[in-house]
Amino acid sequence: MLEARLYLLQRASAMLLVPLVLAHLVMILYAIEGGLSAAEILGRTRGNFLWAAFYGLFVTAVALHAPIGLRNILREWTGWRGRSLDLATLGFGALLLGLGLRAVLAVTV
Amino acid sequence: MQDTADREEMLTVEIWRGREDGALQTYRVPRRESQTVLDVVTWVQRNEEPALAYRFACRVGMCGSCAMQVNGKPRWTCRTHVSRVAENGLLRIEPLANLPRIKDLATDMAPFFEKWQGARGRHEPTRTRHEPMAPVSSESPARKAANAGIECINCAVCYAACDVVGWDENYLGPAALNRAWTLANDERDADKAGLLQAVSQGGGCHSCHSHGSCVEHCPVGLNPTAGIAGLKRMTLAALMKGEL
Ligand code: HEM
Ligand code: SF4
Ligand code: SF4
Ligand code: FES
Repeated sequence: MLEARLYLLQRASAMLLVPLVLAHLVMILYAIEGGLSAAEILGRTRGNFLWAAFYGLFVTAVALHAPIGLRNILREWTGWRGRSLDLATLGFGALLLGLGLRAVLAVTV
Repeated sequence: MQDTADREEMLTVEIWRGREDGALQTYRVPRRESQTVLDVVTWVQRNEEPALAYRFACRVGMCGSCAMQVNGKPRWTCRTHVSRVAENGLLRIEPLANLPRIKDLATDMAPFFEKWQGARGRHEPTRTRHEPMAPVSSESPARKAANAGIECINCAVCYAACDVVGWDENYLGPAALNRAWTLANDERDADKAGLLQAVSQGGGCHSCHSHGSCVEHCPVGLNPTAGIAGLKRMTLAALMKGEL
């Protein structure tokens, strides 16, 4: 059943996001100590498989979580329903995944 | 005898007249001790507005037919004292929210009851009348969960209080889902798979945001939010086992 699956995916990705968001925030606090430069960031992330995996997972979780939530909001706040909305949701997820993974690749490869 | 009429305390009561395109009309109603909102409506109908349409039957909180919006909130009017809800002697009484209006304070309850059917809210028996009754322990956790939800009087107060009902015309709503939850915990019910499928459609239990407006307003103190959360858990367990 689609609704139950989407519900499961959204809650599972939310649980995944909790530690990821926290680690991301801690990382930001750590990274901006003593100024922030592109060279410094890239020095840390380039060729580092762990950071690629961390942000790859982060991007995937967001690409699952946010479109499902957006679909709920659109259904409640507009008259948009049915197949076209489901396809748009899928498209938005693919867009987030594509843009996110591109960014991850850009700083880690 | 002294004339007390001009010293009598009066309520200002605005009542909805007409259908969707109606309007509020104002009446002056004498204040009485232990007066309920339903008493006020009845006074207006008997003394001022014989054609006023509204519903009630039991007047003691059993039948669930008297619910209306009172100063913006859904309430069972026969058990709601004026002293608890009047704001500076003012009452605004409107038909129950989230339902089509028929006339004055009477709404069309059909969508509400259709959704009970949509949530598979009827019992599917495991036995016929020719077999002995199924023994059900009142101590089993399932029976306790069912018991917590069975006192619903079908008043639709929760249905009027739920934002999601107002936003999504397919949403089954708290009362129907609460009913499904009691059946899902009934050992004598034969079609649990069908029930879990019914509550997993678009507009089923997964549309609930658990914000608890239904719990806050339910006059008999039921907790549809908890039952709906239970249905979510049950459907997820069925999904994992490949049974949904
Ligand atoms: C710590 C991380 C996060 C957690 C624990 C979390 C949790 C949740 C939960 C439980 C819901 C469902 C609410 C409901 O149905 O009532 C939700 C909805 C939603 N989330 Fe997240 N989320 C997180 C991060 C994010 C991020 C990073 C985004 C966007 C990029 C996002 C976008 C949304 C959207 C658009 C909704 C729909 C709103 C709604 O259904 O009420 N969330 N989130
Ligand atoms: S908890 Fe769920 S059913 Fe109750 S009012 Fe909120 S959305 Fe509606
Ligand atoms: S759950 Fe409570 S508010 Fe809702 S219909 Fe039943 S008795 Fe009325
Ligand atoms: S008249 Fe029966 S519940 Fe109010």
